[in-house]
Amino acid sequence: MGQPELKQYEAVKFSRIYSLGAARGDLVVTNDDVAGPIDSSDEWIRQRTGIVTRRRASKDVSLMDMAVEAAQQAISRAKIDPAEIGAVLFSTISHPFQTPSAAALLAEKVGANPAPAYDVSAACAGYCYGIAQADALVRSGMAKYVLVIGAEKLSDFIDPTDRSISFLLGDGAGAAIVGPSDKPGISPTVWGTDGSNWDAVSMTSSLLELRDGTAAWPTLRQEGQTVFRWAVWQMAKVAKEALEVAGVKAEDLSALVTHQANIRIIDEMAKQLAVPDSVVVARDIVNTGNTSAASVPLAMDALLLEGKIKSGGLALQIGFGAGLAFAAQVVVIP
Amino acid sequence: MALSKDEVLAGLAELVNDETGIATASVQLEKSFAEDLDIDSISMMTIVVNAEDKFGVKIPDDEVKNLITVDDAVSFITNAQA
Repeated sequence: MGQPELKQYEAVKFSRIYSLGAARGDLVVTNDDVAGPIDSSDEWIRQRTGIVTRRRASKDVSLMDMAVEAAQQAISRAKIDPAEIGAVLFSTISHPFQTPSAAALLAEKVGANPAPAYDVSAACAGYCYGIAQADALVRSGMAKYVLVIGAEKLSDFIDPTDRSISFLLGDGAGAAIVGPSDKPGISPTVWGTDGSNWDAVSMTSSLLELRDGTAAWPTLRQEGQTVFRWAVWQMAKVAKEALEVAGVKAEDLSALVTHQANIRIIDEMAKQLAVPDSVVVARDIVNTGNTSAASVPLAMDALLLEGKIKSGGLALQIGFGAGLAFAAQVVVIP
Repeated sequence: MALSKDEVLAGLAELVNDETGIATASVQLEKSFAEDLDIDSISMMTIVVNAEDKFGVKIPDDEVKNLITVDDAVSFITNAQA
């Protein structure tokens, strides 16, 4: 008797994003609130970054609190039973435990226990990494629905005197439910890393240095010019490639939703991509700040709520940041 | 054919003008990008990337911080062409 032929997952042809959910930090932090320690001003910060206010969470509001709020909103908007969630992917760099994962707790809190759940460490590219994996999990048949979350409480990891990045950062959570679809809803993802620039955006020190008393509490910092050059010119190439593999042109898009790093990166990238005026360019950074993994879903959700884009249109979304890591895909707006 | 220093200066002044609106005549060799022309680090990087295209040279990130004056940039580009 020969051994039986193995069964494998049965693939589903297409996937799409069913819904988004959003939660922003409860505090509105102005430029005047952060300008003092960096010897700056409201005008300087607006000019350099486009930020007018950033949202940050109070001390008693945790990363998990924001993640649960965003996830529950996405689940409710998708009108699915959370018990049918087949995987929870939690993209973050600010979960304050090495282990266990933020994802396992989130799965429990939203009723998705015992779904497989794991964290994704891809910084500002994290949400787009999550969508790429969710697309693969759904189309491979491994999961019916996947909860993707990008959530950060970056205010726990900032140095108020740092002029490189701290004053940009905000707190929030953006969630998406990905599931099977009759029509294509998520294009191939153009993604990757460039570890030769591993320290271009990073923490000021490791936890071991903190333990040994040779460094203070690790906070975020970046080499601004290096990151700016990479974020605009290299990422414009990635964005163009994403359009190409998706089989669409810039003028077919309803929206360009880039990681909300700095308004000048966003504007310069829109220029490099030569997006026509008909394409709405997300500029959620103005009122939310840079929320790393949360910024793409928060920005898209804001455009939907403001009525600037409609469900069914196409959006190019691109995340890029520490790693350096990047991911871009074209999605049908939920 | 490599451009002369004057030609590089004229070309660079156009790039500065495109990015910042500063009159090309104000872009003089002894001027400092940050102090005299009030060009911030992000605009500086945009000018650098456009200069790479325009003059067919490579200006590494590490080199950008050494380009304090217009003369620094013009000299670097002129030499890099050779």
